[in-house]
Amino acid sequence: MTTMNPGIDAAGVEKQLIAFLAERTGAEPAPEQDLFDAGLVSSMFAMQLVVHLEDEYDIEIVGPELSMDNFRSVRAMSALVLRLRDSEGEGESDREI
Amino acid sequence: MSDEPTLVKCLVWDLDNTLWRGTLLEDPEVDLPEEIRRTIVELDARGILQSVASKNDHDHAWERLEALGIAEYFVLPQIGWHAKSQSVKEIAGQLNFAMKTIAFIDDQPAERAEVTHHHGEVRCYDAEQATALTGLPEFSPAAVTVDAARRRSMYQAGFRRTAERESFSGPDEEFLRSLELVMEIAPADEENLSRVEELTLRTSQMNATGVHYSDADLRALLADPEHEVLTVTLTDRFGPHGAVGVLLLGYHEQFWHLKLLATSCRVVSFGAGSVLLNWLISEAARAGVHLAADFRRTDRNRMMDIAYRFAGFTDDSCDCLATLDDDSAADRAGIEFRHLVAEPRPAPTTMRVAATALTPARGASA
Repeated sequence: MTTMNPGIDAAGVEKQLIAFLAERTGAEPAPEQDLFDAGLVSSMFAMQLVVHLEDEYDIEIVGPELSMDNFRSVRAMSALVLRLRDSEGEGESDREI
Repeated sequence: MSDEPTLVKCLVWDLDNTLWRGTLLEDPEVDLPEEIRRTIVELDARGILQSVASKNDHDHAWERLEALGIAEYFVLPQIGWHAKSQSVKEIAGQLNFAMKTIAFIDDQPAERAEVTHHHGEVRCYDAEQATALTGLPEFSPAAVTVDAARRRSMYQAGFRRTAERESFSGPDEEFLRSLELVMEIAPADEENLSRVEELTLRTSQMNATGVHYSDADLRALLADPEHEVLTVTLTDRFGPHGAVGVLLLGYHEQFWHLKLLATSCRVVSFGAGSVLLNWLISEAARAGVHLAADFRRTDRNRMMDIAYRFAGFTDDSCDCLATLDDDSAADRAGIEFRHLVAEPRPAPTTMRVAATALTPARGASA
């Protein structure tokens, strides 16, 4: 069963993330802009991004999901959020071995 | 190695009847006992930062500290009328220090209790103990280094950087470029080894394994052709940041084993960790080897986990790891590998890296 939170769709998440990044970095990224090419991301900022996504969207990002490609752009992060929310919505939690 | 006492990184002083004799509001000429002055100077020389949490009028109290000739010793002074627990929190937060590395000294039991109530890990001392602090192990770093003696001025330069950063409206990368950062990576020698030990003792957030290597451990590895100990220093136009990182590398035929990577939390926001990792990855690519980094989760090092993952390290297995001999494979208590097939990385755009090329002693290990 999937109960869709009306606030959680790709366009909505992207919009929120663009606002978040604009506030933190002073530059508004385009949805597909490569954030790492633009030099906007340090380890500390990467950590802030991870924690922000976890808190804001009630997800856990661990292990291989922490790859840079999942955070490379607003679009990639939005896809990650929706994917993790979906898998949690199925009531299955994959345990790490 | 893990029995070392947690060193105090910042001591927060009350003023009235603790630092100086008397109460400023009643006696504008409060004086500073000579043995307190000596304690402040000695702690400063040991690299322990000092701050102030005092309920007083800010300008009035600061003027008195200046008149006594000791104002320069204090970073982030909190002088006002708010709760001391709040002052301690502000100081720890701005320094990015864990509460367990903060100490607080006050003559009032109620003030100490108030701080303890909110921050149970902060170590509190009665004013009567002030002159005995320098004899306590938590105020006695094993090694007092060049950097330790300069730590306060490095932090003060750091606050000036932050102020400049806040007034800087362009994107981060432009700001970093404006700092003219130079990262120097060099083999450790006898002289800078003590800095390395201090760094592994002091950094918990950015230590990939939480394992502390002692001076003796690292000294033994200096002479070992199968190991490389590297120290990292950073400089910018405001001055030196000192030793900000340490790497311990074990050379193997098919892969390099990154056993220790610790960087100072002072330079995290400059992206120093990823610059360092990318440099190492390029070196490994040039030598045609894989990289395997030790990683053990602690409650403070998630940033390192993310830094390795973002740099492309995975927990996938690889044939190269099977070549690690039994001796090194044993005793890995909870330490995992993060593995990477190295390919050349582009040079950083935010700083210049000055490093000597790594030249493993070929055939040193099977």
